[in-house]
Amino acid sequence: MRNSLGRFSWLLPVAVLAGFLLFWYIISALNLFPAYALPAPASVVKSFKEELSAGRLLNDVVASLWRVVVGFVISAVSGIPAGLWLGQHLYARKAFLPLLNFFRFLSPLAWIPFAILWFHIGDKPAIFLIFMATFFPVALATMSAVATIPVIYFKVARDYGFKGSELLTKVTFPAVLPQVITALRVSYGISWVVIVAAEMVGCQDGLGYGIWEARNGLRLDSAVCYMIIIGLLGMGMDRLLAQFSKLPNVRWGYER
Amino acid sequence: MNDNKNKPLSLHNVSHRYGMVEVLGNLSLDVDTHEIVVIVGPSGCGKTTILNLLSGHIQPAGGTVHKAGVTRTVYQQGGLFPWLTVAENIDMGLRDIKDNAKKENELLALLELIHLQDFRNHYPHELSGGMRQRAELARALAGDSDILLMDEPFSALDYQTRLRMRRELVRLLEQRPRTVVFVTHDIEEAAQLADRVLVLSNRPATIRKTLYITEPRPRELTSPGVINAMGEILEELGLRANAEVMF
Repeated sequence: MRNSLGRFSWLLPVAVLAGFLLFWYIISALNLFPAYALPAPASVVKSFKEELSAGRLLNDVVASLWRVVVGFVISAVSGIPAGLWLGQHLYARKAFLPLLNFFRFLSPLAWIPFAILWFHIGDKPAIFLIFMATFFPVALATMSAVATIPVIYFKVARDYGFKGSELLTKVTFPAVLPQVITALRVSYGISWVVIVAAEMVGCQDGLGYGIWEARNGLRLDSAVCYMIIIGLLGMGMDRLLAQFSKLPNVRWGYER
Repeated sequence: MNDNKNKPLSLHNVSHRYGMVEVLGNLSLDVDTHEIVVIVGPSGCGKTTILNLLSGHIQPAGGTVHKAGVTRTVYQQGGLFPWLTVAENIDMGLRDIKDNAKKENELLALLELIHLQDFRNHYPHELSGGMRQRAELARALAGDSDILLMDEPFSALDYQTRLRMRRELVRLLEQRPRTVVFVTHDIEEAAQLADRVLVLSNRPATIRKTLYITEPRPRELTSPGVINAMGEILEELGLRANAEVMF
């Protein structure tokens, strides 16, 4: 597949990006919209320099990343075991599934009032919102992966004497790992979306707060520069997580 | 080694049903040490149920199942753990060996036996169907397993690979004799491999015919003993050219 694209295939996305920037430049140069409603590329570059030299941008990046990582890790270490347990017990699944589905479809932003009331301002409400956004998809994806492990693996495991915790760590967990990694990637995407909204209301710093501040000061050039950082960081982190799906002992899960 | 009084594997008056469907009706079977018993029969007649009873994955509704020794099953496909390499999969069969050097030697011997030395660090999805079945066979033969249950192990392979795998199995069992119960719908396979062929009836399955084949293995597909046995099995299944067509 990759070979059929040719050596210069990397030029394709570069060309699209250049086209997009050109389009943006032309629209703003034509003054179709007032400058405060659609910032020109040059003013975004300028505000980039300002934000970087003031050190605020870097501080906001660190604050947001920290909240997402903490919330995400709490979700993973609680959601994966919960999913493993639910997947193995039909009655538990029957009992908890409606409630889990209910919360999964509840927008995490609906928790904002509670988050602020319970945790006030700072890291905690944002972490709480990240947790609420990602725990349910991780737990549910793990659960359905466990519930659909081919029976043959358990028959083989029995023949070779795997029991108890060994059955869990050496059969059940590796059998669902590819799907768990995919679920983690998806929930990381969700948490990166949620953090921006969470920081608009519950924090005094962070990338979301930066956008909110820009709006208050009618500095949309600064808002665009935050948007660019959010998009790039999101892509970068996803690339990082994608590395897990290249591990040799999970490759099988993506090649069928 | 088992003595003559204690057969490694026996079913006594075993019956089984799934809901209202009676699959096995009063089946009795004794398998001798290192004997190869091949069970053939119409599809859906309960062949796999017999293996599941023998392996202990299901309990019979009636009668008793007795087995003496470590039992392992080779499946039609997908029996290897896809997250483990060939070597790690075979290692599963060597779990009881505590001495690491001995374990490694045994692993090397097994890899050599199935000619997969160069593929020890490959994952199952990187192998061909025949290689996967060979690896699964090696895993089942590893360590001190006694009984080998085979559930149509070569059915998913192409015809020529299947012929080669039969020869391979004969060779492996010569070096590492096991008590084998082999289920198949392939009459050639039965005639080439079995010491004893059991032809089952439709549901509820009973043994319609027992056929002993004494010709030494490996048997040529075109040898008189094999041709003769195939004729008898076909006859019993009502599949002879002059037989009435019925479904």
